[in-house]
Amino acid sequence: MMALPYITEHTGFTGTVYATEPTVQIGRLLMEELVNFIERVPKAQLASLWKNKDIQRLLPSPLKDAVEVSTWRSCYSMQEVNSALSKIQLVGYSQKIELFGAVQVTPLSSGYALGSSNWIIQSHYEKVSYVSGSSLLTTHPQPMDQASLKNSDVLILTGLTQIPTANPDGMVGEFCSNLALTVRNGGNVLVPCYPSGVIYDLLECLYQYIDSAGLSSIPFYFISPVANSSLEFSQIFAEWLCHNKQTKVYLPEPPFPHAELIQTNKLKHYPSIHGDFSNDFRQPCVVFTGHPSLRFGDVVHFMELWGKSSLNTVIFTEPDFSYLEALAPYQPLAMKCIYCPIDTRLNFIQVSKLLKEVQPLHVVCPEQYTQPPPAQSHRMDLMIDCQPPAMSYRRAEVLALPFKRRYEKIEIMPELADSLVPMEIKPGISLATVSAVLHTKDNKHILQPPPRPTQPTGGKKRKRASDDIPDCKVLKPLLSGSIPVDQFVQTLEKHGFSDIKVEDTAKGHIVLLQEAETLIQIEEDSTHIICDNDEMLRVRLRDLVLKFLQKF
Amino acid sequence: MDPGCSRLLPALCAALADPRQPVADDTCLEKLLDWLQTVTEAGSSLLLLQENPCLVELLFHVVKSQDLSSRILAFSLRLAGMFAAQETCFQYLQGELLPMLFGEAGPLGGAAWTAPTVRSGWVQGLRALAQHPSALRFLAACGAVDTIFSLQGDSSLFVASAAGQLLVHVLDLAMRGPAEGHCGPQAHAWPACAQEIVCHIEASLRSTATPQVAQALNVLTTAFGHYHGLWMQGLWVRLSPLVARLLERDPVPAAHSLVDLLLSVARSAGPSPDGGLWETLAQTLSRLSPTQAGPLALGILQLQGCPQALRTQAFGRLLQPLACVLKAAAQAPGPPGLPEGAAGDSVTVDTLLSSKSACVGLLCCALAHLELLQPLPQRPSPWPQAPLLGAAVTILRFCNGSASPTSDVGGRLCTILVGCARVQRAALDFLGVLSQETGPQEPVTQVFAILLEYLVSPDSSPMVLKKAFQATLRWLLRPPRAPGCCDLDPHPQLFLGELLPVLQKRLCSPCWEVRDSGLEFLTQVTRSWGGQAGFRHALLASEVPELTRQLLRDPESYVRASAVTATGQLSSQGLHAPPASPEHPGVQQSLLEELLHILSTDAEGFPRRAVMQVFTEWLRDGHADVAEDPEQFVARVLQAASRDLDWEVRAQGLELALVFLEQVLGQRGSRCAYAVALPEAAPPGTLAQALRALCRVQLFEFAFRALFDCDRPVAQKSCELLLFLRAKAAPYGSPQDAGGSPDVASVEATLQRWQAGEQGQPLGHLEPGAVMAVLKSLDLEGLRDTLAESSDHVEKSPQSLLQDMLASVGVLSENEADCY
Repeated sequence: MMALPYITEHTGFTGTVYATEPTVQIGRLLMEELVNFIERVPKAQLASLWKNKDIQRLLPSPLKDAVEVSTWRSCYSMQEVNSALSKIQLVGYSQKIELFGAVQVTPLSSGYALGSSNWIIQSHYEKVSYVSGSSLLTTHPQPMDQASLKNSDVLILTGLTQIPTANPDGMVGEFCSNLALTVRNGGNVLVPCYPSGVIYDLLECLYQYIDSAGLSSIPFYFISPVANSSLEFSQIFAEWLCHNKQTKVYLPEPPFPHAELIQTNKLKHYPSIHGDFSNDFRQPCVVFTGHPSLRFGDVVHFMELWGKSSLNTVIFTEPDFSYLEALAPYQPLAMKCIYCPIDTRLNFIQVSKLLKEVQPLHVVCPEQYTQPPPAQSHRMDLMIDCQPPAMSYRRAEVLALPFKRRYEKIEIMPELADSLVPMEIKPGISLATVSAVLHTKDNKHILQPPPRPTQPTGGKKRKRASDDIPDCKVLKPLLSGSIPVDQFVQTLEKHGFSDIKVEDTAKGHIVLLQEAETLIQIEEDSTHIICDNDEMLRVRLRDLVLKFLQKF
Repeated sequence: MDPGCSRLLPALCAALADPRQPVADDTCLEKLLDWLQTVTEAGSSLLLLQENPCLVELLFHVVKSQDLSSRILAFSLRLAGMFAAQETCFQYLQGELLPMLFGEAGPLGGAAWTAPTVRSGWVQGLRALAQHPSALRFLAACGAVDTIFSLQGDSSLFVASAAGQLLVHVLDLAMRGPAEGHCGPQAHAWPACAQEIVCHIEASLRSTATPQVAQALNVLTTAFGHYHGLWMQGLWVRLSPLVARLLERDPVPAAHSLVDLLLSVARSAGPSPDGGLWETLAQTLSRLSPTQAGPLALGILQLQGCPQALRTQAFGRLLQPLACVLKAAAQAPGPPGLPEGAAGDSVTVDTLLSSKSACVGLLCCALAHLELLQPLPQRPSPWPQAPLLGAAVTILRFCNGSASPTSDVGGRLCTILVGCARVQRAALDFLGVLSQETGPQEPVTQVFAILLEYLVSPDSSPMVLKKAFQATLRWLLRPPRAPGCCDLDPHPQLFLGELLPVLQKRLCSPCWEVRDSGLEFLTQVTRSWGGQAGFRHALLASEVPELTRQLLRDPESYVRASAVTATGQLSSQGLHAPPASPEHPGVQQSLLEELLHILSTDAEGFPRRAVMQVFTEWLRDGHADVAEDPEQFVARVLQAASRDLDWEVRAQGLELALVFLEQVLGQRGSRCAYAVALPEAAPPGTLAQALRALCRVQLFEFAFRALFDCDRPVAQKSCELLLFLRAKAAPYGSPQDAGGSPDVASVEATLQRWQAGEQGQPLGHLEPGAVMAVLKSLDLEGLRDTLAESSDHVEKSPQSLLQDMLASVGVLSENEADCY
C-alpha cells in the first residue's frame, strides 16, 4: 500500500486498483503520516552523486552494500497520494469482481488488520488463491476466511511472519512486564510504532493490564499527525471487525476500549510534540509514536530526550526494522532497549495447519520459506513442509503456474437448448448435436440458435444476409459405434461378396475383397472404402457399413 | 433387623413388586442392598427370610411377573444371590426360586436380558451366590458357566469385566475344594468345572482374535492379582507355554493385557518364582514395541527378587528413548554414558520419528517412568545421574529450539519437539526429581542454564513456567554438598543474581497464573533461605519485595492470596519492602494494617484465608509487629474474623485463638484429640491473669459464637478449644462461685438464643468467673459427640431409608391419583 503512488504515478499506470475501504482509509493515514514526517524536515538540496557506483563502493558499510540505489526515489507528496488513491475502486469481502470476463477476483478477510485481504482469482475451471499477510489469532479484525480458500489449484503463499520464533502472546507479556517495571522505577517508556495496526491490540492489552499492575496514574501518550483519525477510524469500521467487537456496536459501545482510556484521560493523543502536548507532558509516562525506523518523526526527539538515562526503556514492537540498526546512530545509549516484535501473521505451524485444512493442489511461495532461516539452519520446523513440495520463486522471477486451461464454459441460449433432442447412447450419457452460432465477447462464449434459412426475396437483400451469417448446409447425421469385423464379413458374404480376407493392423482391420479389388480400412475413428472408380460398389459397401453404426 | 424396619418391609416389598410404582432412584435400591447385606452378614439369612416372608414373596413375584422394570429385576437377582450365599439359605431357595432366576427359565435369553442392568445383576447375583460347593453344582446344573463365557465379550464393559471376575471366582471356588494342593498341571486331576474354565481360557489364548486373547489375559490377571491359592502355580505351569507362544505372533496381541498379566504373576509368585517366568519376561521385554515395553520395564524394576540380568535389561529398555535423544543431539560420536543395553535401537528411533504424537507419548512415558523409579529403594544402582541430567536438559533444548543437532535424527526431533508444552512439562518434572541426587558439578551448570532459559523465555506457557519454577526451587534447595555449610553453594548464589531480575519481570506479567507461580516460588525460597546472608543481600537489592507488596492489590484473588503469603513470609524474615503506598507517597502504612484491611474488606475468600494463616504464623513465631501488643493484635483479628462469611477464615481464627491460648496458658499436653491424659492445669495466680487477658481480647465471644456455627468444622474446632480451656482452667473457682450470678444467667440465655440461630445479640463484657461458670455448665463433651457424627447420621438409618423409599412411591401414587 505504501508504495502505491510509485506505481500509479510514475509508471504510466492506467488501470484500476481494487481495495477494501479500511485499507484505503488507513493506508491514507499511514501515507499522510509519512509525508508529514518527511515534509517537516525539508532538504535544501538533493544529493545523488553518491549513487554513482564508483563513489558508492567507497562509502561506509550499510551504504556501500545497498543494491539498485539508482532506483531509489524520494518520498511522494500528498498530491501524489491523493491521485493514487483516486484510482482505487472500493470492494467488500466476498464481492466478485469480473475482470474482462476472463477471471473473477474476490477479496476475503485475511484476519491480519482492518480490511486486510487474501484474494481468489478464478475462472470457471481454475482457482488460484493469493494469501498475503494473514493471521489466525484472535485480534481485532474479522477472522481469516479459510473455507473459501479450499479447492484451489494453486495457493500463492506470501506475507508470513517475519519473526517465526517470537510468539505474539509471549511478546505482549514481555511488553507489559517491561513497561510496568520501567514505569514503577520512575522511568519512561518509548514505543516506536505505526499509527495503526498492532497499536490497537496493544492499547487493549494495556487497558486490561494497567489496573492490575498499579499503573492507573501513568499517562499514555499517542503522538502522530494522524493519531486522532486513526483512533476514531478504528471505531467506525464495525463490519470489518471480529464478531465480539461487532456485537459491541449494537449495545451500543465503542468496539475498542481505547475510547474509554481516552475518556478517562489515561490515553491522550496529539498531532505532534508541539502545542498541547508540551503543556500536558508529565513523567513518568508511556509514549507511542513513529516512525519505527527511528530516522524521522517525533520518536527522534524522545530518543534524544530519554536516551541518556538508564531508567528509561525503548520497546520495539514493529517487526519491520532491525532494532539494532535503528538504534545505531543513537549509540552510546544508556536507556534500556527491549525487543518485543509482535507479528501476528502466520507462522510455520499455522501454515502447516492451514495447508492441511485448505488442501491446495500446489503451493507457490518465496524461496526463503522453503528453507530454514540462515541464522538457524537447524530449525527444520521454520520452513514450509508440504506435499507436493512448494514451488518457490525469487524476486522478479516469472513463474508458470502448474496447471493448464483445458475447458471453457459456454452458455446455451434457452431457445437453442429447447430445440435439442438428446439421445441416450450409454446408460446415463446422452448426446445431442448442436448447430449454433458461437458468439464470443469479453471472454464469454454463448451459443445462439442459427438463423433460419432466409427466403430469397431479392438480389440485394439476399446478398446482404449471406454476408452476416454463415451458410447453413443440410446436416448429415453423426455416426457412432464400432463395427464387429466377423459380423461385417458375414454380412458381406450374405450380400454376395466372396473371397474376403481380413488383415489385422495396428489401428484396426483391413477387409480385402480380392475379387472386387476393393479395400475396406476399419479403424477406431474412421472407415475408408477404397475401390477403383466404382461408385455403385462404394455406395453399396457404405450402406453395409452404416448398418452397423448408430446415427443421430 | 429392628422391629421398625420389619414393619416397613412388607409395604416396601409390595411397592417394589408393583410395576405401576416405579422406583425413581437407583441409589435407593443400592442402599437397600447395602443394608440387607449388613443384616445378612450379622446373622442367618434363612432366619431373615423366615421372619420376613415378604422378601421371598417379592422374589417369587419378580420371577412370575413379565412387566417389571429392569432395575427391579436386577435388584432381585442380586438380592437372591446375596441370600443364597449362605448354604442353608441356598438350600431353602434352591428348589424353585434360584433356577427360575438364574437358570434358562429366568430372564436369561428373554426380552429383559437385552438390558445391561439385568445382565449385570445376573452376574453380580451369581458372584454373591458362589460361596459354597453346592453353588458349584448349581452353576453346573443350570449351565451358567457357558453364559459367563459369552458375557465376557458383552457390549457393556461393566458386564464384561464382572463376567471375567466371576469366572475367576468360580475357578477359585472349584479349586479350593478338597483337591487343593494336589492340582498339578495335569488336566485329569482338576475338578470338572475348573477343567471347563481352564479349557476355555486355553482356547481363547490360542484364538487369532485379539479381543478373545485379551479376555483370557484379563481373567488370568485378575486371578493372579486377587487369589493366592496353591492351585495358582499349577495353573501358571499349565498356561505359561500358551502365553509364551503369544510372543511369537507379530504383532503381539493384546500387549497391554499381557504386560499386566506377567507383572501380576511375577508379583504374586513371591521372591522365587520358577525360572520360566523370568525368561518369558525377558522375551516379552525384547519383543514389545518401545511404547508397550515401558510399563513392563518399570514393573520389572519394582519387583522384589528379580534376577540382575533382567533388571539390567529392563532398565536399558526404559532408558532407550533418552539414549536416542542423547545420541541424536551428540555433536561428536561417543558413548553417552548410559548403562549397557540402553543404546537407542532403530525401532525406538523409528517410533520417535514416526509421528509427533508417538514421539511425545514415548518421551513423556519414559520420563514419567524414570521419575517414578528414582525415589524407590530398589532402583538400579549405580543410578546414571549425569547422562539422565544430560538427557533431560537435551530434551528441554530440543523443545525450546536452542539445540543445534547435526544428525538427521536430531533435526527431525527438533522439528517435532519444538514448542511442545507436554514434553516440556514432563522433562521439567523429571529434572526436578533428579535434583535429589548428588552428582558431578558440571551438569549442574547446564541445569541452571536451561532453567534460566525457560524462566526467561516469553514463549514459556504459564504451566511450563510453573513447572520451571518448581524445578528451580528443587535444585536451589537441594541438600548442601558439604554438611554443616551454612551459606549457599556457589552455583545457586551465581544463579540467584540472574534469577531475581527474571522473577521481577514475572511478577509484572499480564498473565495472573505467572504472577501467582512467581509468588509461590518466592514464598518457598524465602522460607528456606531467609536466613542466608547471600540470599538476603540479593533480595533486598532487588525490587522483588516492593513488587510483592504491590501485588497485594492485584485484581486476581489467587494472586492476592499468594502475595499475602509471600509478604507475610518476607516480613517474618525481615525482608519486607519499606512501607509506601504509590498512590499516597509519604503516607506510611504498615504491612499489618494492610493485611488487616484485606481481611476486613477483600471480597474473595482466598486472600482473607491467606491473611489468617499469616497472622497465625506471626503470632506463633513472635513477629515484631505482633509482639509489640499481642492482645490488641488478637482482639482486632478475631473481631474481623468473627464477621467473616467464609467458614475457613473463622476456623483459622480459632486456630489463631488456640495459639494465643497456648501462649497465655502454656502448651497443650498433646494436640491429639484421642489423648488419654488431660492437659496440665495452670497455677491459679497466672490463670486469673490469663483469663482476664482472654476476656479482654473477646476470645470467648468468638469461641462461643463459633460453637454454634452453622459449619460443623468450625463448631468442632471451637468445642475442642473450649474443652482445652476448661481443663486448663479447672482450678479457677467452682461453679458455685459465680453460678447463680445474673451475669451467668444472661450469658447462658444469650448462648441459647445463639444456638437457636439468633446470633445478632453480643455477649458484652465478660468476667472470667462468669465465663468459667458458663464453660462448666455447658455439655461440651456431649456437643463434641454430636458434632463428631456425620451431618446425615439421622437420615442414614435404615428405617429412614425405607421410609424415604415408601414416601417416594407414595408421592408417585398420589400424583397418579391427581392425574385422574
